[in-house]
Amino acid sequence: MATEHELTPSGYISHHLSNNAVSVGDGAFWTLHVDTLGMSLILGVIVFGLLWLVSRGVTSGVPGKRQAFVELLFGFIDGQVKSIFHGERHKFIAPLALTVFMWVFMMNAMDFLPIDVMAWIYKHVFGLEYWRSVPTSDINATFALALSVWLLMIFFAINVKGLGGWIHELFCSPFGSNPLVWIPNFLFNVIEYVSKPLSHSLRLFGNMYAGEVIFLLLGMWAATGLVGTFFGAFLGIGWAIFHILIVTLQAFIFMTLTVVYLSMAHESH
Amino acid sequence: MNINLTLFAQAITFAVLIWFTAKFIWPPLLGAIEKRQKEIADGLAAGERGRSELEQAAKRSAETIDEAKLRASDIISQAEKRATEIVEAAKEAAKTEGDRIIAGAKAEIDQEVNRAKEGLRQQVSALAVAGAEKILRKEIDAKAHADMLNTIANEL
Repeated sequence: MATEHELTPSGYISHHLSNNAVSVGDGAFWTLHVDTLGMSLILGVIVFGLLWLVSRGVTSGVPGKRQAFVELLFGFIDGQVKSIFHGERHKFIAPLALTVFMWVFMMNAMDFLPIDVMAWIYKHVFGLEYWRSVPTSDINATFALALSVWLLMIFFAINVKGLGGWIHELFCSPFGSNPLVWIPNFLFNVIEYVSKPLSHSLRLFGNMYAGEVIFLLLGMWAATGLVGTFFGAFLGIGWAIFHILIVTLQAFIFMTLTVVYLSMAHESH
Repeated sequence: MNINLTLFAQAITFAVLIWFTAKFIWPPLLGAIEKRQKEIADGLAAGERGRSELEQAAKRSAETIDEAKLRASDIISQAEKRATEIVEAAKEAAKTEGDRIIAGAKAEIDQEVNRAKEGLRQQVSALAVAGAEKILRKEIDAKAHADMLNTIANEL
């Protein structure tokens, strides 16, 4: 399996963990990870295109099998959102939860693609030397999601409580409105506002990145010979099965936290 | 592992997908599911209503049958009473008619008896006159003695 051009373990791993980066300006910031954007865009179009096709031909009578599956998904998401968020959810929060869950789930699920087979296909079919399959193992993707949710959180907090109410809450919660605790309150809230997007994005990123690294480490057993190849494949099967749980669970956690954060933004203390 | 422009591009994609889901995917699904829920609830309510209506109808029909039975027995007893009355009236009429016929017959018999008596009287008086004529052929004038003969005949 490990028949890349560099046969050192570190070279193998770093090759697989390198993004297809295209520079669009001066400096390190002005770079686009084409693989992350491409994969997430393709998955988004496929998943939401299929959902759109089903919801376009939806009937309130006897549902077909495809519609029944989509309704199952709808019921699951709606039930989760309903149990966390108490308010008008159908306008924005519930569709947001569906978007987050399905998109993150599909991006995570790209981890099931056999990493070296895909690398060979990317290289020899599409001519791409560097191409990572899993967008959520790129910190940019998960941080983009978490930061969007963070901005929505602040938007809803101001929208519900008003700008004055939001600032009042920054200084007067959780310890009370005594001027002596304004500064501690504010510091607490700043820590909370900083830690939320960080933990939100790094949890998903860490899980998916670590999962990919473990697949790569198991892949390196192939370097020890035929027996090692089969042993590595055997362990890889085990990790892939366990990964089904991680992929689903992380998508679910990401969605739940999104709804929880937005629900907290709606509540006044 | 470094933050770059990808973050913003990804965030824009995310925003577009949220908009798309909220606009084109969620509302039709929600509409269809809520419509179906309403239809099922309506159907169950209609079933419940139908069952209670059926129960009421059964109760009403039982009441109607009871009433009809009551009326039928009323009619039968009335009819029996009427029949007895008719029989009584017929008996009465028959008795009256019989009495009338008997009385008529009696009157006729009396009339016949009287007529026979009259005839006999006539014949007796004629016989008496004839006998007397034979005895007193010369002296007795039938016309002269007619009054006397009539008196005799009446006395008979």
